[in-house]
Amino acid sequence: MTLDILRPGSQCRVLGLTTAGNLGQRLMDLGFHPGVELRVIRNAPLLDPLEVEMLGYCISLRHNEASFVEVEHL
Amino acid sequence: MSGGVLVALAGQPNSGKSTIFNLLTGARQFVANYPGVTVEKKVGYFSRGENRVELVDLPGTYSLTSYSMEERVSRDFVLGSQPSAVVNVVDASNLRRSLYLTFQLLEMDCPLILNLNMIDVAKSKGMEIDLEELERRLGVPVVTSDGKRGKGREELAEAITRPSPARGLRIDYGPLEPALRRLQKLLEAQPRLVGRCPFRWLAVKLLEGDPEALAMAREGADDWREVEALLDKERESFSQEFVQPPFRHIAFRRHQAAEAIGQAVIKTTHAARKDFTDRADRLLCHRLTGPLIMCGVFYLLFELAVNQGGRLAALITPYLGQMQRFLEGFLPAAGYLEEPLLTSLASWFMTSINALLVYIPQFFILFSLIAILEDVGYMPRMAFMLDRIFRRFGLHGNSTLPYILGGIYVGGCAVPGVMSCRAIPDERARLATILTVPLMNCLAKTAFYIMLVDAFFPQQKAGAMFFISTITLLTALPIARLLTMTVLRGRETAPFIMEMPSYHLPSPRGVLIRAVERITTYIRKVMTIVASVAVVIWVLLQFPGVSAPRMEEHAARAQTQVSQFLAAIDGTPLAAKVKDMDQVTALLTLREQYRADKAGAAGDAEASRMVDQRYREQDPDFLAAFQDRRAKTYRALDKLRKERADLWREIKQERIDNSILGWLGHALVPISRWAGFDWRINVAMLSSFAARESATATFSALYGIGGGGQSLGASMGESSGDGQAITALNATALMLFMALFPPCLATTIMVRVATGRLKWMLFSFAYPSALGLGAASLVFTGGGALGLDGWQAMWAYYALAAGFALLVGLIPERSAITNT
Ligand SMILES: Nc1nc2c(ncn2[C@@H]2O[C@H](COP(=O)(O)OP(=O)(O)O)[C@@H](O)[C@H]2O)c(=O)[nH]1
Ligand SMILES: [Mg+2]
Repeated sequence: MTLDILRPGSQCRVLGLTTAGNLGQRLMDLGFHPGVELRVIRNAPLLDPLEVEMLGYCISLRHNEASFVEVEHL
Repeated sequence: MSGGVLVALAGQPNSGKSTIFNLLTGARQFVANYPGVTVEKKVGYFSRGENRVELVDLPGTYSLTSYSMEERVSRDFVLGSQPSAVVNVVDASNLRRSLYLTFQLLEMDCPLILNLNMIDVAKSKGMEIDLEELERRLGVPVVTSDGKRGKGREELAEAITRPSPARGLRIDYGPLEPALRRLQKLLEAQPRLVGRCPFRWLAVKLLEGDPEALAMAREGADDWREVEALLDKERESFSQEFVQPPFRHIAFRRHQAAEAIGQAVIKTTHAARKDFTDRADRLLCHRLTGPLIMCGVFYLLFELAVNQGGRLAALITPYLGQMQRFLEGFLPAAGYLEEPLLTSLASWFMTSINALLVYIPQFFILFSLIAILEDVGYMPRMAFMLDRIFRRFGLHGNSTLPYILGGIYVGGCAVPGVMSCRAIPDERARLATILTVPLMNCLAKTAFYIMLVDAFFPQQKAGAMFFISTITLLTALPIARLLTMTVLRGRETAPFIMEMPSYHLPSPRGVLIRAVERITTYIRKVMTIVASVAVVIWVLLQFPGVSAPRMEEHAARAQTQVSQFLAAIDGTPLAAKVKDMDQVTALLTLREQYRADKAGAAGDAEASRMVDQRYREQDPDFLAAFQDRRAKTYRALDKLRKERADLWREIKQERIDNSILGWLGHALVPISRWAGFDWRINVAMLSSFAARESATATFSALYGIGGGGQSLGASMGESSGDGQAITALNATALMLFMALFPPCLATTIMVRVATGRLKWMLFSFAYPSALGLGAASLVFTGGGALGLDGWQAMWAYYALAAGFALLVGLIPERSAITNT
C-alpha cells in the first residue's frame, strides 16, 4: 500500500519508493528509506497536503507525492 | 594568513544559519543575487586579528543534488569559489538527519567546520552529544553554539580563522566501492577535468545520475564515450546485482552512516516531553481552527499595518508637508501668473518623494510582523494550509508570502512581494507568482480607489471597496493558471515536500535585522526609481507647453483680475499698502502662509490665537483681509484668490494638453474609448507609471479638483472642454483598470531582477495592459450596452470573474511526476 491512503494517526514503515528523478531524490534526501518508520500526523484543512513525522521531525508533502512511497502498516 | 578569507555557511533550512550569520557579521552584510539565477546571495564581513573574513550565507538545503536551484548554487559555490572554510551549521537537536548533508560537503573535499547550533534545544530535549567522539569520527573541528543567545561567536570565529586540518570522514559505500574506484580511475585519466572538482565526488555523482555532473563530465572529459560506456555498465550491473539503482543505495548508505554516528555520539538522558510544536499545531493546523486563526492573522496584518500604520502615517504627514514647505521657501517664489520652472520641478519632486515616505511606517510594521511570522515558523503552516488552493492555479503554498506582501487584500507593495518569490522552489510556480503579484492592490493604488469610491459610490462605500479588494485575487489566480498552461508550460516544477520546523520564540534582533533589511531595499529600490522617473514624467507633462500667444491672453486676464481687485479695495487702508501686481502676489502668498499656519494650529485655541497675534503685529490690515469676513478687503481678496486659482488650473490643463504625455493621451483615445477613457484619464494613467500615487494628483489637476471648492464628484461629473462627463460606470471601469494595470516601474524592474530576463519584464508590462484594458472595456462598453449603472456593472463583472476563476480552477492538472 502507499503512504497517501493512510489515515492520520496511523504508523507505518517505508518499504520503498516507486519514483526516481527529482521527486525520488528529494524523498530520499529527507529520509524516506526502506525500514524507516513514520507516522501520519494530519491532513491539511483542505485534505491535501499531509504531514508525517519521521526521524524526529515533521514533513509535509502532497498526496500525489506520497503515492510514490510504498509502506506497510504497523 | 592575512587579508581576505572567504568562508561559506552551509546547512539545512531552519538550522539557524541566518542567526549564525548575523551573529558573526552583525550589521556588516548586504544582499545580492548569484549570477544568472534568482537565488539570494547574502554576504557579510567580520574581522578577527589580522584576518578579514568574507562570509557567504549559502541557501539552506537538505542535500546537494542538482535538482533545485538552491542546491546547485550551494554546490557550485563550494566547487567554484573554493572557500578556505565551510561552516556547516547544524541543528544539534536533529543531528542525525543533518549529517546527511555534512557527508556530502565532506565528499566535496572542502575544509569543513561542524557547527552544532541550537545546542540549548538539544539539551532541553534531553540529548547529550559526545563532542570528542563526533570530532574523531568526522575528522573535522566541532564547535557548539546557541545562536539565539549569542553564545559561541568567539569559538566559531576562532575555528574559522585557524588553518584547517586534513580532510574528514569519507563515507564507505560498501558494495558500490569497486565500481566507484574503477570510475574514479578512468576520470582521473581525463586531464581536462583536473581541478574542476574532486574525482571521487564526481564518480559518486555520476553513479547517482546527477544531470549537472553528467553535463560537466560530458563536456570536460577527453573521452566521454569511454566514460559513458563504463558508467552505463557499472550502473547496470550494480542494479542487477543489488536490486536497486546506485542512487538509492548511495542515499541509503549516507543515512546508515548518519544513524551509526548518531548512535555512537548521542545519549538521551531523559525522554523528551511531548513538545510544544506538536500541541500548537493541533490548533494551528486543525481543520476548523487552523483556517480561522490564519484569517485572524491576515486580519491582524491588515489592521496593524494598513489601518494602524495608516494612522501613524497620518500623524507624520503634516510634518512632511511642513518640511516640504520649508524647503520650498528657498525656491524662487511664484509670480501672479506662473511658477518658475525650477520651483515647479522641485515641488513635484518633493511631492513624489513624500508620497512614498508616508508609507514607511506602514511598511515597517508590515515587514516586522512578517519577519515575526517567519521567525516563529508560521509561514510553512500557511503554505501547508493554502497549498491546495494555490496549486489548483499553478501556484505553490509558498506563494502565500509574496501575495501578502503584494497586498492580497489591500495595502502592500509588489516590490518586496516580487523579491520574496525566491522562497518558491518550483520554477514554474515561482514565475507565475512573480508575474501575478503585481496584480495585487498596492498601498499607492488605495488612495485612488478611495477618491473614486467617495465620489461615485458614496452610499455603497464598503461594498465598492470590497469589490476592488477581492477582485484582484480573483483575477490573479486564474491568470496564474493560464500562464502556467501557456507561456510557462514546460518550466521546471518541484515537489512540494518541505519540513515543518518547530516553533521558536522570535528573536527581536533577527526580526529587526530582517525588517530593516526589507525596508532599506524598498527605500533604495523604490525611492531611487520613483525619484528619477518622477523627473521624466514632469518633463513629459511640461513640454512643449502653452503657446506664446495663448500665454499673452492669460497674462492679460491676470492684469484684469488684479486691476479689478485694486479697484475693489480702493479707499481702504490696504489700498495704500498694495498698489501693483507684485505686491498683490506677495499678499496672496502671505494669505496662503497664514492659512497654513492656522491649519497647523488647528484644535489648539491658544496656538491659533498666537498666530493671529503674530500677523496682527506684522500688519493689522493684512490680517483683516485674511480673516475678517465682513471686511470689504476680505471679500475682494477671496474673489481674487478664486479667480487666480481658476486661471492657474486652466493654464495647467492647457499645458498638459499641449505636453508630450497629453499628446500620447490623445493618441490613445481610439483604443481607450472602449473603456470609456478620455485623453485626460489616459494622461493620468500614463503619469502614474512612475508611482501609482501620482494618478491621484494628476487626476485632481486635470479635473480641477481642489480649486473652486467644487466636490470631486461634481467636478468630474461635469462635462468640460473636450473631455466627457464621468459617470459611475466610468468609475467602475477606471478602478478595475487601475487594479489590473501594469505594475509601476519599480515593480517592473524588480521583475527583471527576480527573473533575470528582460523578456519577463516586458511581458509583465504587456499582459496586464491588455488585461486591464479588456476588463475595463468589457465593463464600460458591455455594461453600457446592457444599460447597467456602475454599481450593477461592478457586480456583473464580479460574477463573471468568479465564474471564470472557478472554471479555470476545475481544469484538471496534469501530474508532472512519472512512475519508474
Ligand atoms: N533556541 C535556539 N533557537 C535558535 C538558535 N539559532 C537559531 N534559532 C532560531 O531558529 C529559527 C530559525 O533560524 P534561522 O537563522 O532563520 O534559520 P535558517 O533557516 O537556517 O536561516 C529562528 O526562529 C531562530 O531564532 C539557537 O541556537 N537556539
Ligand atoms: Mg535563513
